[in-house]
Amino acid sequence: MSLWRSRNLLLGGGLSLLFVALALISFVWTPYDVEKLNIAAKLKAPGGDYLLGTDHFGRDILSMIMVGARTSIAVALVAVGIGMGAGVPLGLTAAARKGGWLDEVIMRGNDLIFAFPSLVIAILITAIAGPGAINAIIAIGIFNIPVFARLTRGAALSLWEREFILAARVCGKSRTRISMEHILPNLMNLLIVQGTIQFSLGILAEAGLSYVGLGAQPPTPSWGRMLAEAQTMVSFAPHLALVPGLAIMLTVLGLNLMGDGLRDLLDPRIRVVRT
Amino acid sequence: MKRLKLGALAAIAIGAGVAAHAAETGITVAMQLEPPHLDPTSAAAGAIDSVLYANVFEGLTRFAADGSVVPGLAKSWDISEDGLTYTFTLQEGVTFHDGSSFDAEDVKFSLDRARAEDSTNAQKALFEAIDTVEAVDPATVRITLGQPNGALLFNLAWGDAVIVAPESIEGIKSSPVGTGAFKFANWVQGDRIELERNAEYWGEAPALETATFRFISDPTAAFASVMAEDVDAFVGFPAPENLPQFEADPRFQVIVGSTEGETILAMNNKQPPFDNPLVREAVAHAIDRQAIIDGAMFGLGTPIGTHFAPHNPDYVDLVDLSGFDPDRSRELLEEAGLAEGFTTTLKLPPPSYARRGGEIIAAQLREVGIQTEISNLEWAQWLEEVFRGKNFGLTIVSHTEPMDIGIYARPDYYFQYGKPEFVAIMDKLNAETDPEARSALLKDAQRMIAEDHVNGYLFQLAFPTVANARIEGLWQNQPTQATDLTGVRWTE
Repeated sequence: MSLWRSRNLLLGGGLSLLFVALALISFVWTPYDVEKLNIAAKLKAPGGDYLLGTDHFGRDILSMIMVGARTSIAVALVAVGIGMGAGVPLGLTAAARKGGWLDEVIMRGNDLIFAFPSLVIAILITAIAGPGAINAIIAIGIFNIPVFARLTRGAALSLWEREFILAARVCGKSRTRISMEHILPNLMNLLIVQGTIQFSLGILAEAGLSYVGLGAQPPTPSWGRMLAEAQTMVSFAPHLALVPGLAIMLTVLGLNLMGDGLRDLLDPRIRVVRT
Repeated sequence: MKRLKLGALAAIAIGAGVAAHAAETGITVAMQLEPPHLDPTSAAAGAIDSVLYANVFEGLTRFAADGSVVPGLAKSWDISEDGLTYTFTLQEGVTFHDGSSFDAEDVKFSLDRARAEDSTNAQKALFEAIDTVEAVDPATVRITLGQPNGALLFNLAWGDAVIVAPESIEGIKSSPVGTGAFKFANWVQGDRIELERNAEYWGEAPALETATFRFISDPTAAFASVMAEDVDAFVGFPAPENLPQFEADPRFQVIVGSTEGETILAMNNKQPPFDNPLVREAVAHAIDRQAIIDGAMFGLGTPIGTHFAPHNPDYVDLVDLSGFDPDRSRELLEEAGLAEGFTTTLKLPPPSYARRGGEIIAAQLREVGIQTEISNLEWAQWLEEVFRGKNFGLTIVSHTEPMDIGIYARPDYYFQYGKPEFVAIMDKLNAETDPEARSALLKDAQRMIAEDHVNGYLFQLAFPTVANARIEGLWQNQPTQATDLTGVRWTE
């Protein structure tokens, strides 16, 4: 059992780290310049001078995947940050005021956002505000808020029943202080696990938005747009679609495995059941 | 069991036979854009003409497949000595699809409607020279001009000048009634328009009994629909990268024709820094046309150096005026006081020549220090922001109207040139009827805009058609936007 757990974590963590490493390396080095086109070398198959081949503009696909990883990770990371930054305080506040009007307002607001299919609203936001990485981040971020708010509120509510919180209340600590000093630290494990999952969903959402042309704009490489551009060429240059497709799949798989592994490792509820 | 199988096979064979037979008299033609409505005389949308021109609607004159202007509803014409009076003799025995007869009054109605003050015709300039239109008798129309106009017969061949009937004008946008060889039958919006043979047609009866136009905007779906033979022909196939596969497949023929589409990198001549001719010239020299043709169009397209179609006899090859020379480009920027380069917007409509061409141009401009912020726009947004709003630095678009160099005389046209000397040339041209003098003026006009580097001139858009190998009679070139099916037939 413990081996299987760590295998999940190892494999997932390894895959995720690989892409993070690719993204970080791309800041200082890529095999070729992704902003430089070389039409004469277009549509080269993998192997030879270009490890993963070239696209229809003769750009090196490996370099594009590396820089694309940067785009994906940056968008997903900031989006999760927005979701946590706004969602966690909201959830804590709602839990602290359980049953009060503030709780109602926050949670019904969350329901409202939750009620819409997230990608459709993301498309709406970028359609109104104009396509671009920043707007994609905001759109994806907004949809992370209710996820974190709900999770936080639910977990916080059960904590509020515990003796150590009661003790803190007896000591005269304010609700806000209790939330910050006692509730939040006890939620960290849960938030890290959920953050990993949301991070992988963020990468998918970014790929989806750039696929329909609403994510990062050219010349910034992005996995979703690479897929979209490959569409008409799949029949004679399958690597154009396979490479970014695999990159998206492996990253999301890695993050999900890592999330599962982390949950097994960190989540107190599961730990209690298993010991 | 074996017998059953054989029976099933026979049934399939019969089924296939029936299908093949049905295909002999009908055709399904696909294209990318669906018309917004079906009145060619009140909208600029070329998709309307792509379905209806020559099939449903006809004008006094018409374009033939080779771009020449030939008689249409007018059998013949006389031009007075002074070039001011045109007398047209009309075809007889022509009826509209609703049964009403066609005569001189319909011509007068159509032309007066098109040039009226409140007309919504997209090409009103075509009719500018006309002073009066008179119905002399049912078979004769006299058009009087205010000043001689050498292009009148050409202008009357446009889809915007087709003849419509006062009886049916009310519903023209949804059920067009013309005089053509095909009648409008049905329009399933978002999917297809169906036409059927007009049994009463005055001219030679077409070989096809029915024609279906389907609208498939997505290039991947376009590829799949042709491969699966869901459509018999795809005119204006959107993905040039797929053409070699069709060429290698004996089921299909690939016809690559020319269009009137000058594809340009338009510059906003009123917006700094493009108001400085040095900057425009710098941009022009930064562009490698061949790389754009190879990269964006997979080799399809002819380089141009001015806003004029290379297949036109009056074309002047001015490509060298703006040859690829990044060093010269940097010098020019320095001369213009922009040695550090600058940042501008590059707004791109949906076609792949624009989207892909834009990425290539952005990379080429970056080499000389010009940074671009690319934004990909849908057509409606592009029309709003760029074409009407003039809120852009650079954009890429193909101007598909024939002989449209006159747009440079309009100071309010989106790239905002309208230099008085150029306007003077155009005024002279419009008044000139002598072919040689006209040719000289056209050449002057081409030189002037090329020397002023009004826009970056990229290439003449090619027009690829993929069709079933057994179809013949489709137009190769696009002298005007049209899918003339009157001469199309299945062989064997």
